[in-house]
Amino acid sequence: MSAILSVEHVGVRFGGLVAIADLHFDVQDGEIVSLIGPNGAGKTTAFNVMTGFLKPSQGAVRFRGTCLDGLAPHAITRLGLARTFQRTSVFPDDTVLDNVMIGLHRRGAPMSRTSFRDALLGRSGAGERALRDRAEALLDWVGIADRAREKAGALAYGEQRLVGVALALATDPTMLLLDEPVSGMNASETRVFVRLIEQIRGRGITILLVEHDMPMVMEVSDRIVVLNYGRLIAEGPPDRIRADPVVIEAYLGQGSAARQAAAAVLEAADA
Amino acid sequence: MSRFLPLALLAGLVVLPLALGPNPYLLNALIVTGILTIGAMSLNLLLGYTGQLSLGHIAFFGIGAYVSALTSLGFDVEIGFGLRVVHAPWPAAVGFLLATVAAGSCGYLIGRLSFRVRGAYFVIVTISFAEVVRLVALNWVELTQGPLALTNIPAITLGLPGLGMWTLKTKLQNYYLVLAVGTLCYGVIARLVGSQFGRAMRGLKENEPLALSVGINATRTLTVAAVISAAMAGAAGSLYAHYLRIIDPDVFLFATTVSMVIMVVAGGKGTLLGPIVGGLIFGLLPVALRPVMAPEAQWIVYGLVLIVILFVMPRGIVPGLSGLLGRRSAPTVPVLEASPAVQR
Repeated sequence: MSAILSVEHVGVRFGGLVAIADLHFDVQDGEIVSLIGPNGAGKTTAFNVMTGFLKPSQGAVRFRGTCLDGLAPHAITRLGLARTFQRTSVFPDDTVLDNVMIGLHRRGAPMSRTSFRDALLGRSGAGERALRDRAEALLDWVGIADRAREKAGALAYGEQRLVGVALALATDPTMLLLDEPVSGMNASETRVFVRLIEQIRGRGITILLVEHDMPMVMEVSDRIVVLNYGRLIAEGPPDRIRADPVVIEAYLGQGSAARQAAAAVLEAADA
Repeated sequence: MSRFLPLALLAGLVVLPLALGPNPYLLNALIVTGILTIGAMSLNLLLGYTGQLSLGHIAFFGIGAYVSALTSLGFDVEIGFGLRVVHAPWPAAVGFLLATVAAGSCGYLIGRLSFRVRGAYFVIVTISFAEVVRLVALNWVELTQGPLALTNIPAITLGLPGLGMWTLKTKLQNYYLVLAVGTLCYGVIARLVGSQFGRAMRGLKENEPLALSVGINATRTLTVAAVISAAMAGAAGSLYAHYLRIIDPDVFLFATTVSMVIMVVAGGKGTLLGPIVGGLIFGLLPVALRPVMAPEAQWIVYGLVLIVILFVMPRGIVPGLSGLLGRRSAPTVPVLEASPAVQR
C-alpha cells in the first residue's frame, strides 16, 4: 500500500485564529479513514484545504504524488479527488437526474452533438442519451433511481446526501471525501449508507470521512484521525481510539454535546 | 408538444408579413422589435443561465453597430504620434462579421476582468463599461462624428460572386434578415443550453461550490458565455446600424438595456422562448397603444403590464404558462410515481 493522500504539516490561520495547526497524516490507497473531533476542531477546514477551497497558511497536500498547492477546486477534482458537502449537497432547482448529468460534466462534448435541427425541436442527440443512461445507472447504484424525475431541492435531507454522493461519483474519483454524510439520516438510512460506503470502497475508491455519528465511524473505519483545537491528538485503528485516554478527555473536557459524543464513543466500545 | 412550439412560432413569423400585407409602419416596428429581441436573447444567456446581470449589455450592441458602420463606411483618423489609420470601405456583410467578433472580444475582456468579482460588482463593471464606450463614441468626433451621427451607412448586401448580389434595401428583406439571424441565435443558444456546457452554467448558478467540486471551471464557463452573449448583441447592433442606416451615440442609451432586461424577466429568464415572448410583447406594445394614447401614458401602461405579468407569473410568462399546462396534465404524474412503490 502507498499513500494516496498526504497532508504534510498543514496549518490554517484566519487572522489570529488557528483553525488547523501542523496537521500531518497519510491516507493509504484503498483505506477508509475517518477524521473526527469535537465541533470546531477543524475537520471541515481540513477538507476545504484538501479540495482547494482554502489555501493553507503553511504546509502542503499531496494527492497521488501531485502537490495540490495553488490548484483550483475544479482542477483537483479532475485529478480524481472528489468531495461531498455538509449542507448544500445538490443543485436544488434541477431534477435528480439532471444533477448527476451536471456531475458527469467531464464526460460530454463541450457542445452537445445534438444536431441543429434537433436543438430547434428540443430533442436530444445520441451523446446526450448515453450520458443519461450513465446518470441513471449511477442513481440506481446509490439507490435513488425512483427519485430521478424529482427536483433535488424537494428531497428529504437523507436523499439529498445520496444525490451528493452520486454527483461526486459521477466525476469518476479515485478518492472521495465525505463531509458528515449521515447527519440528518435516521438509523436505518445510516445502515444503508454504511453498506454504500463499503460498496464504494469495493469499486477501488479510497474514502476519507468526517462524521459525528460515532457508532457509524467505529463500524466503517480502518483508521481514525482525531483532531482537537486544530491539532492531531490521536491516530490509529478504531479499537485503539476508543480506549485512548487523550481522546476521551478531549470529548469530556468540553460542553454537554461533547459529553454525549464521548458517551457514544464508549457505547460503541461496548457494542 | 412544446418541442414544436419554436417551429410553430418560426412558421408564424415567416408568414406574418404576407398576412399583414404592405404595411411599412408595422414592418418597421417588427424589425426593430426583432433586433431588440436578439439583444434580449443574448442577455438571457448571461442573466437567465449564468445568473449574472449585465446592465451594460447595450455596450456590446453599440460596439457592434459602430464597428459595422465604420467598417462599411471607411475612416481616416489620427491616433497620435503622427500615425494615421486609413480604412477604405468594405462590404457591409464583412462589417457584420467584424461587429460580431469585436463585440465578442469585448465580452471576453469584460468576462475575464469581472467574473473574478461577481454579483453587484459585475453589474457595476458592466454599467461603467457601457458608459465609457458611450463617452468615447460621443467625443471621438474624428472617428464617430460624435453627436453628428454616422450617416449613409450602406445596407447589407448578400450573395456570392458569380451568383448575383442582393442589397437588402426594402423593409421586407430586412425583416427576413433579422428573422434569419434571430433563428440562428436561437439555435446556437438552444444547442449550448442543452449541452454539458449549459448544465455547467446552471450548476454554477444554483450552487457554485458544488459545481466547482464536480470539476466545472467557473472562469472558463462564464467567460465563454459572456463572449457568445456579447457577440450576439454585437450582431444585433450591426443589423440595427445597417437597417436604420444612421447611428449616433444614443444607441448606447441605458434605457435600451433596461428594455432588454424587462423583455427577459417578463418573458421568463432561463428559458429559450422567454426573451422572444417578452420581446414581442414589449416591442409591439407601443404599436398597439400609439393610436389610443400619448407616449407618456404609454410608458405608464408599459410599467403596469410588467407589474401585472410579474404579479401573476413571478418567474415570467413562459415558466408561468408551462406551469399551468403542467398542472393540467398532472394526473398522469402520480400514477407514474406510484408504480415503483406498488411493485415493492
